[in-house]
Amino acid sequence: MTLTATLIFAAFALLLAALSHTRWFGRARNWILLAASVLAVYWLQPALPIRGLDFWLPSLTLMIAVWGWVLTSSPAERNLRANLPVLAMVLGLILAIALTRYISSTGILTPSRPPQLLQVLIFLAASALLIYLISLLKPAKTTWLWFAIAEILLFFVILKLPALTTLVSGWLRSANGQNPALASALDIRWLGFSYIAFRLIATLRDRQSGRLPLVTLQEYLIYLIFFPALSAGPIDRSERFIADLRNHEPVSSAQVTEGGRRFILGLFKKFVLADLLALFALGPVNAAQIRSTGWMWVSVYAYTLQIYLDFSGYTDIALGISRWLGFTLPENFRSPYLNQDLTQFWNNWHITLTLWFRAYFFNPLARALRSTRKPLPAVWVILICQILTMVLIGLWHGITWNFVVWGAWHGVGLFVNNRWSEWRKKRAPAQPSENQMRIARYIGTPVSTLVTFHYVALGWVWFALPSIPLSLGVISRLFGAG
Amino acid sequence: MNGRFLRNVLLKGLGIFIILNLLWTVVDSPKLGTLSLYDHLFRGRERFPYGENSVESYNLSLNNIYAMFESLRLDAVEVPVNEFRVLVIGDSSTWGTLLRPEETLAGQLDALNLSTSDGRRVRFYNLGYPTLSLTKDLMILDEGMDYMPDLILWPVTLESFPRNRQLDSPIAANNLGRIQSLQQEYGLDLTIPADSRTPLQRFYARTIVGQRRALADLLRLQVYGAMWSATGIDQVYPAEYTPAARDLEPDATFNGWQGPNLDESQISLDVLQAGIQMAGSIPVVLINEPVLVSSGKNSDIRYNFYYPRWAYDDYRRILSDRSASRGWNYIDLWNAVPQERFTNSAIHLDPAGVSLEVKSLLPQIEGYWR
Repeated sequence: MTLTATLIFAAFALLLAALSHTRWFGRARNWILLAASVLAVYWLQPALPIRGLDFWLPSLTLMIAVWGWVLTSSPAERNLRANLPVLAMVLGLILAIALTRYISSTGILTPSRPPQLLQVLIFLAASALLIYLISLLKPAKTTWLWFAIAEILLFFVILKLPALTTLVSGWLRSANGQNPALASALDIRWLGFSYIAFRLIATLRDRQSGRLPLVTLQEYLIYLIFFPALSAGPIDRSERFIADLRNHEPVSSAQVTEGGRRFILGLFKKFVLADLLALFALGPVNAAQIRSTGWMWVSVYAYTLQIYLDFSGYTDIALGISRWLGFTLPENFRSPYLNQDLTQFWNNWHITLTLWFRAYFFNPLARALRSTRKPLPAVWVILICQILTMVLIGLWHGITWNFVVWGAWHGVGLFVNNRWSEWRKKRAPAQPSENQMRIARYIGTPVSTLVTFHYVALGWVWFALPSIPLSLGVISRLFGAG
Repeated sequence: MNGRFLRNVLLKGLGIFIILNLLWTVVDSPKLGTLSLYDHLFRGRERFPYGENSVESYNLSLNNIYAMFESLRLDAVEVPVNEFRVLVIGDSSTWGTLLRPEETLAGQLDALNLSTSDGRRVRFYNLGYPTLSLTKDLMILDEGMDYMPDLILWPVTLESFPRNRQLDSPIAANNLGRIQSLQQEYGLDLTIPADSRTPLQRFYARTIVGQRRALADLLRLQVYGAMWSATGIDQVYPAEYTPAARDLEPDATFNGWQGPNLDESQISLDVLQAGIQMAGSIPVVLINEPVLVSSGKNSDIRYNFYYPRWAYDDYRRILSDRSASRGWNYIDLWNAVPQERFTNSAIHLDPAGVSLEVKSLLPQIEGYWR
């Protein structure tokens, strides 16, 4: 998200905060939020070289969201007639955006000129037909929910596996009459899909387990594409978000002040500190150029701080803007580099993602492994679950060997940390002496924090670079070899 | 929250913003360039910051002469007692396009570890800047004089001389105030465009908002110091580049002039005179830098992409005659380097080409410190 987009969102949110005291606003609020979020899906989408794709991907986001609601809603909620105005609004906005092709040759809300009207009408008709067909399915039948999850994962794989992205790009280019030889993995960048997909999968799984609250189409769509959290999260839980959405209290001075504090802090972290650090943080270009061990450590530290400030800065911005809209989104970072072990680090780093994986992957997997006829020993269950979870988190960033190694690095680290904690717990005195407590406070805590920080920092070497040999070269240089 | 609270927050924020901008207009902001992390936290650069590909070269082009000098390893406060200081000014061939800092003219001369007869180390500093304008060179020399040189080497080429192109270089165009001062002091024959901005536009240009680009450049220059220190890279060195043309167009014009002779009033010999006058008792050595002498198609008309034969021959004659009549120290190295040693331009040399230039130059300048 650019600084301009951020400031426009902030101004819009502040305007809504001021309007929240008017009588009519309570009724209009959700409509305004939905319209703003739909428009933001198009506005934030980056320009793509494949003709029309930067219009089709946001449109697909909206349709997937509607299909998601139809799949997860109960017959009572699925009253299409009651939700028809919302559906009409979404389809109408898509149509309105498509019509801007007749006003501007470059695109007004879209990064390029929208496709021809006939194509858009066919897309809308096909989408409406699909909505109708999905609504005929047996409500919330598990098979269809699994099928939907598989579809989302397929999109994920296409987007995150560079070879497959390039292949699909080649097909799309051919279909568009463009040169397929120019296909690249960068041709298909789908704004916010990662986060929307997490929320979609969460609602599908919650529907399967019966935990999903009753929501209208309007509420469901706002939850999925809420504009402050569209591009970088956090990944809120639906029941918590819907509670805020249904609270129509006017925004208080305290909320504006707190939102302002978070917003300004976020701007400073992202657009000043992180962007400055990015100039000398470890990256594919400088990894091969830096000549000394000392400067290599500087670049790794810079990257370590940059990724935190960048990501947590965006989160602060999202939380600040949301607060002005009357929402309290969950925290995503709580001083993660000041923790004494890796488990604590992951409890405080990208918290909503970690919670998501714990709820929808780690816990079900652990339960499954323990409930087999011949249950695995607990140690093996921990090892398997931690490594698989962390590798999956790695793959979420991109399907490359470096992300696999980064995930495994943390998976192994968490397992070792788990075993070490168990070992120490058994040997720790029930009542530590004052001397032992002093040693723990003044030596143990700083050393543990420093070791954890460096383990995480070294992990970023795998994360930041595109290839294993380059990462190994950097690690060698960090330790004086190579 | 009520509307009054929000209004107050916005008004106070706007007030602070306006006050800060007003205060900033009284700050001599170009002087901020003298604040530098180079030579303190980061090692000083070997040549001026210049470049467009910041991501790969950790470098940028900026217009603040103070900041450019402060980023160098050159210390203005005190010259070490055991140092004989030589400043090398000039264009991109001095700066060293496609050359590493140690491969440039100044870099190779410095690597020779030369000493004066009284044992002082002869240190060469690269003050070249990659645009072709003698006035730009003069402006850099003006600032360089604060660095107390013992000798000045000034490689030049005809392309830097046309009077009508003296201010084309962005760094000259963005420092017209400095150039105006030089014009007044040395009576330079230059037409400096009048400032057509309204008083309000001039005032706006002095605010923080008006100077945001220059301020951001200053900050970026400091931050890139980290990667310069870490990598020693200040330029992108492509594996392949388009070599300088050897086969030439059958065009006999230079700068729109037909010949057969150059009009001396149209070339900035007065700028050379000003530079020598500026240096005072410090010797200035003018060097006609090597150019590509092509043997390709139409080489009977032109020496290279830049120069038709008539113009370049006449330029050499004029420079030689003027040097003899005014007592300037002049060395002509025009054909000291064979055409194979030129890279992407008729004045850019590869490292071996610079070595040949050094070989020709050194015997002619050693007398200045021996």
